[in-house]
Amino acid sequence: MIIQQISVFVENRPGTLAEVLGVLKEHAINLRALSVADTADFGILRMIVNDPAKVERILRGAGYAVKATPVLTMTVADTPGGLLEKMESLSAAGINVEYVYAFAATSANEARVVIKVDNLERAARIVNGDATAAPVDAATGDVPGFYW
Amino acid sequence: MYWNKPMETMDRQQMAELQSARLIQQVRRVYRQVPFYRESLQKAGLLPDEVGSIEDIGKLPFITKQDMRDNYPYGLFAVPLAEIVRLHASSGTTGKHTVVGYTSRDLGIWSEVMARTLTAAGASKQSFIQVAYGYGLFTGGLGVHYGAEAVGASVIPVSSGNTQRQIMLMKDFGTTLLACTPSYALYIAETMKEMGLSPQDLTLKAGVFGAEPWSERMRGEIEKALGIKAFDIYGLSEIIGPGVASECPCQNGLHINEDHFYAEIIDPVSGQILPHGEKGELVLTTLTKEGMPMLRYRTRDLAVLDSAPCDCGRTLIRMSKVLGRSDDMLIIRGVNVFPSQVESVLLGLGETSPHYQLIVDRADNLDNLTVLVEMTENMFSDEIRRLEVLEHKIEAELASALSVSAKVRLVSPKAIERSEGKAKRVIDKRMI
Repeated sequence: MIIQQISVFVENRPGTLAEVLGVLKEHAINLRALSVADTADFGILRMIVNDPAKVERILRGAGYAVKATPVLTMTVADTPGGLLEKMESLSAAGINVEYVYAFAATSANEARVVIKVDNLERAARIVNGDATAAPVDAATGDVPGFYW
Repeated sequence: MYWNKPMETMDRQQMAELQSARLIQQVRRVYRQVPFYRESLQKAGLLPDEVGSIEDIGKLPFITKQDMRDNYPYGLFAVPLAEIVRLHASSGTTGKHTVVGYTSRDLGIWSEVMARTLTAAGASKQSFIQVAYGYGLFTGGLGVHYGAEAVGASVIPVSSGNTQRQIMLMKDFGTTLLACTPSYALYIAETMKEMGLSPQDLTLKAGVFGAEPWSERMRGEIEKALGIKAFDIYGLSEIIGPGVASECPCQNGLHINEDHFYAEIIDPVSGQILPHGEKGELVLTTLTKEGMPMLRYRTRDLAVLDSAPCDCGRTLIRMSKVLGRSDDMLIIRGVNVFPSQVESVLLGLGETSPHYQLIVDRADNLDNLTVLVEMTENMFSDEIRRLEVLEHKIEAELASALSVSAKVRLVSPKAIERSEGKAKRVIDKRMI
């Protein structure tokens, strides 16, 4: 399933991550998934939230450089090799994975991951059956299987 | 020790007469040969004949670096191009270089003033002079080189860089005089220490250091670390290169070679000439240069003039060390850098914000330039790799525009402090 991820530019110095988290707390935003990629000078905070458009607005209003990017999410079996099978199918299809991070899951048997790939639509089709099995509820925007 | 005793110790009255005669001739010549000067004199309502002595120099309009850019490349040359035997250039504020041309006689003048400079620092036919200034379009390397040859010294033209080799050559060839930027001299001293060498392992006696500002504290450090006497030299390519002024053994100001270069100090705002002893902007006039004469060039360097007699016997007027700039130019590893050059690179890239800041500091005696660039929505990506590619692209563009390498650091939007709505462009942390 394809969802919007919010990325924020943060400088690599003490307190910058806390500042962003403080803004989110102020607006009662709950984080579903979070990953930080960093270099010596800066980091990119990537997160999954239940209302990406709103969070994008809030953070932009607070003066951050923000970007919404479509990413692929999928559930994998919470067993050794659970993720491997999916990744192998993507690499076999020649799809380049930019980054991967784990998601908060609702069940003990399943794990969820976020992956950024260079060919989103095709990747989504490949991992189909799992990730796109449950379509987004058009009325509420809720995604069955996720607990928000 | 003098190279040209009659000129260097000339009676002040005689010097004024010589300067008057040379100025009159120079003004007439440029009025005839250079459209820029003809128009600028006409605009000032001045005829060449109204300049009858050096006292009249204040009537002449100034010339600035902008005028040089406007007349790029050859518009200010006062001789047919066939008479030009050498071109040098320094980096300009908008990426365009400022070009200077020398006739063969100009090169002779340059060798002469550099020979005076090196002789005052103790150089002679017996000296081994190692030139660790860059050779090329920059005037430092070749300027010292020709002066050293005129003295009859043995010249070691190493150019800048490769510090370990510099030290090895100093030791093996018996270098007695080193010419480079003062910060590089300190770097050499530190590298020597790391290599386990002390000043006693070398035969170095003196150094002529310039092309960037330095302090008495730095002089003390260099003299101690290299076991030498360190001389300050001043010059700029627009006038001739190194050799405009240099210190004598008294180390109490730099004697200006006044028979070739006439110096004034002006108020940088009003343009009024200030009396000797007052701090202001140094304005220089070339009295003898043929290729590209400069009448009242505004150097933007702040200094003080002192016409009191010097214990060394030279009667040439002295200028203080350069005390600052009347514009925002920075000198980084001997290279002139203007914040506006950085701005035009960033704006040229399109996606970057015009909010930037230059941070200069000195580590291991080498200047480091870091350019902070504010992140924008356009530049931002969720992928580290893309941001690193962007950083490297900006770094490459800056290196090519500035002729000096700079590290780019991406910072948050609005991270750069705005004061009164205007960003502070430069933070110079160097303790010079």
